[in-house]
Amino acid sequence: MGCSIAGIIDEKGNRFSGEKIICAIKKMYLRANGLGGGFAGYGIYPGNKDDFCFHIIYNDEPVQKNTENYLKHDFEIVKGEPIPTRTVKSIVNRPLLWRYFLHVKDEIKKQFYEMTEEDIVMRSVMKINGAQTGAYVISSGKNMGIFKGVGYAADIGEFYKLEEYSGYCWLAHDRFPTNTPGWWGGAHPFGLLNFSIVHNGEISSYGINKRYLEEFGYQLTLHTDSEAILYLFDLLLRKHKLPMSLAHKILCPPLWSEIEKMPADEKKFYETLRIIYGSALINGPSAIIVSDGKRMFGFTDRIKLRPLVAARNGSKFYLASEECAIQEVCPLKKGDVFFPKVGEPAIGSLG
Amino acid sequence: MKKSLLFPDFTVIRDPDKCIQCEVCVRQCAFDAHSFDKAANKVETDASKCVSCLRCATMCPTGALTVSEYQQNIRKNKNWTDKQIKELYKQAETGGILLTGMGTDKDYKIIWDHILLDAAQVTNPSIDPLREPMELRTYLGSKPDKIQLKIKNEKLKIEKPLSTFYSPLTKLPPQLKLETPILFSAMSYGAISLNTMRALARASDECGIFYNTGEGGLPKELYKYGKNTIVQVASGRFGVDPDYLDVAAAVEIKVGQGAKPGIGGHLPGEKVTDEISQTRMIPTGTDALSPAPHHDIYSIEDLSQLIYSIKEATEYKKPISVKVAAVHNIAAIASGIVRAGADIVAIDGLRGGTGAAPTRIRDNVGIPIELAIAAVDSRLRGEGIRNRASIIAAGGFRNSADVVKAIALGADAVYIGTAALVAMGCHLCQKCYTGKCNWGIATQDPYLVKRLNPEIASRRLVNLIKAWSHEIKEIMGGMGINAVESLRGNRLRLRGFDLHENELKILDIKPAGESM
Amino acid sequence: MKKIYFKEEYCMACRLCEIACLVAHSKSKKIIKAYKEEFPGLTPRLIIEQKGSLSFAIQCRHCKDAPCVEACITGAMKRDKKTGVVSHDKEKCIGCWMCVMSCPFGVILMDIKEKKVATKCDLCADVGSPACVDACPNEALVYKESEKV
Repeated sequence: MGCSIAGIIDEKGNRFSGEKIICAIKKMYLRANGLGGGFAGYGIYPGNKDDFCFHIIYNDEPVQKNTENYLKHDFEIVKGEPIPTRTVKSIVNRPLLWRYFLHVKDEIKKQFYEMTEEDIVMRSVMKINGAQTGAYVISSGKNMGIFKGVGYAADIGEFYKLEEYSGYCWLAHDRFPTNTPGWWGGAHPFGLLNFSIVHNGEISSYGINKRYLEEFGYQLTLHTDSEAILYLFDLLLRKHKLPMSLAHKILCPPLWSEIEKMPADEKKFYETLRIIYGSALINGPSAIIVSDGKRMFGFTDRIKLRPLVAARNGSKFYLASEECAIQEVCPLKKGDVFFPKVGEPAIGSLG
Repeated sequence: MKKSLLFPDFTVIRDPDKCIQCEVCVRQCAFDAHSFDKAANKVETDASKCVSCLRCATMCPTGALTVSEYQQNIRKNKNWTDKQIKELYKQAETGGILLTGMGTDKDYKIIWDHILLDAAQVTNPSIDPLREPMELRTYLGSKPDKIQLKIKNEKLKIEKPLSTFYSPLTKLPPQLKLETPILFSAMSYGAISLNTMRALARASDECGIFYNTGEGGLPKELYKYGKNTIVQVASGRFGVDPDYLDVAAAVEIKVGQGAKPGIGGHLPGEKVTDEISQTRMIPTGTDALSPAPHHDIYSIEDLSQLIYSIKEATEYKKPISVKVAAVHNIAAIASGIVRAGADIVAIDGLRGGTGAAPTRIRDNVGIPIELAIAAVDSRLRGEGIRNRASIIAAGGFRNSADVVKAIALGADAVYIGTAALVAMGCHLCQKCYTGKCNWGIATQDPYLVKRLNPEIASRRLVNLIKAWSHEIKEIMGGMGINAVESLRGNRLRLRGFDLHENELKILDIKPAGESM
Repeated sequence: MKKIYFKEEYCMACRLCEIACLVAHSKSKKIIKAYKEEFPGLTPRLIIEQKGSLSFAIQCRHCKDAPCVEACITGAMKRDKKTGVVSHDKEKCIGCWMCVMSCPFGVILMDIKEKKVATKCDLCADVGSPACVDACPNEALVYKESEKV
């Protein structure tokens, strides 16, 4: 698919309004067709920063009731409320949009003693989304949230009143879907726990990435290939405890011909990575921005078939499909902008 | 001799205008179908002896010979076909089990021909393999589920080599490195000639792939190709000794074979020449009998013991493969094999070839490899043990598209046997069991063995592997995939056409017309 | 000089080399025509030696110290100093057969048709590469630079 992506992180952790990211993504509206747009904001719920925050979309009330009952079984719900929205003419057929601040009940932690709290949250998210009953958890991290829907991203941002939120890291996506339907759950970003991703591209390897992830208990239910990238990051970073930079080398490994030329130790390392994680390789044209709340990480596929540009200005680090999006929100000086090379990620880190 | 009711299978037409009486055909036919009548100064043909191997027609310098099916108008009957009737006559005249060679020729539905491949259009650029890298390298062996690291330095700067910051704690089990996901199937010395083995070994070396000795041992002369050799340990244990295990790249325990699941082997004593006796480590002239089961494997735990015995003997330096025929319960069997410790599971389907098998077994036992791959791959993934072993699929791979489909269904690599033999000259006459192979492949007759020049044969094999690899790259490029690991198990890039709902379910692929 | 070498391990005694030799030295150079119209009278210039499964093709070795050249009384048999090729001049030959008798390989043959002249391998001098080599389906005949002993 086409799409535009953008991301801004303040490396000092200063929070800023969602307005900035809306402006950035709006500038690239030609890359979208109004069938999906969305945002992820980090640091937006400082008052509940230790609770998991679920953003859930419901088709109807009965589904909401059932889902809430299910949530009550595993979690203490600290707060549950509709996500505030305003009327925007172009945004129609909206589902019910709710958010819940919650933490795992002690008895559940005891029952699943082999699992971490995050594992239990993931299990619940997979259960709700996998049931395909019309309830979809679209974000489930701490002190972060995903806001998305069918429409142009700028309209979605206005609809969710994002200018009223402030966060230190924002991702945005404006969609031009081709392979999969435009629906509220299928818009980007995709999120699980603290991870969120926006993706411009198409994954030729999705069939195997999906089956590989299923072996580890992930259920891919959102009818879009981009979802797989999110779970791959969750698997590699959270479950396999690998650093982000290594995860990148697994998803977009160097060519064998490049590996052959490396010094012995390095060669063996990359060979081992490719042999073990062959099924995690992401093939096909892609530009991806991923964040775990601590870093914002941008990279392209192995032969860079989709655009990605980066810039650093003051404490802020920017990623976008096109330079114009960054220019729109930040007066750039010569030398601020750079184009990540094939196989090299562009990273902005907190602190 | 009593009058036989059998009529010939073939008829040989000799064009008198073209025949120059040069006797090349006479000298080339080991079945004595052609002879020279000195008195009449004329070449004659007895078509009843013809097996349609087409050696004479190929070698005839004037193209004077045509072999075609013998048309005798037995009253047409869909149930009692010519073939059925002839087989009855044959059995009535001999009282024996019908024997045959190569894979089944029965008209079973070929599922490969009902699976269609995907290609990228517009939203996803296809990749031109002539301009962009396209990677086919494949590693066979057990893989750990994840890598564990020792972190030397927390702060990673991307420009620096990874190994200055991390070192892998995970030790990778032994792997076979293939430059293209194709191997030559097990064919044993005895069933095939030494020249044929030489050709397979040389071609494997040149292509960066592997050939398989089958159960007939490894002639000392071929030890130099050890790094491209998979040696078999079969129920007869022929030729197995420490050197044999040591020299190989991998060891394969052969439990069964697609052409004859549940059946042993029998190399008649007359074929056990001095060389074969030395290689198989049995007395010259004695029958080489491979029992149907391994007599030390009566259950899965016995297999596990044998796997670990061989691992001990080879100091855990070589992957151990277990080869089985695709039978009804193949998914559960494969799962058991993986849990028993095998690093590779080789599965041989219904259409797998052989040097000799009872016709009834070959034509009726087992399941198609397409369904077996899908069932096994799904089962192993379902159990979360797919990483623990690689899958090699075998049994009737005819071209590179079959290979691509097999990999997309979930195989790591494929064994090719018949295709390799055909590349060397085999014409599929199915008379391997007679030992009279006119193409010098399935014979030990010194006069016939010379006909296969291993230099020519290995060149042809290398060409075949190269050609298929190019085609696989072409297909992958079309799909927008540039590494074979993104094709492996990627069933979303397959569609079924004219397949039954149950077949689609087992293959786990969507019908043509259905999108993502 | 380039010579024809044989690999006996790959010679399968099909005799296609003989046929090719005959045709190459026929008038028509067409196989069917040569056999049907010129045949008794054409002699192949190479010989297949065969015993059991052992066989190989042999033709003039173009000896450095060629006994046939020594034996020839008319100078019909001569060795080119430059190329090393031992050739036979039909015009000068009187059919005394001394060359046939002296050849240690037995590869000089009596021309059946013209009776009085000897015939031997000429390495297909007018064509370029020897017909027997081209015709061998198993590459048992190889045309290559002579090995220095």
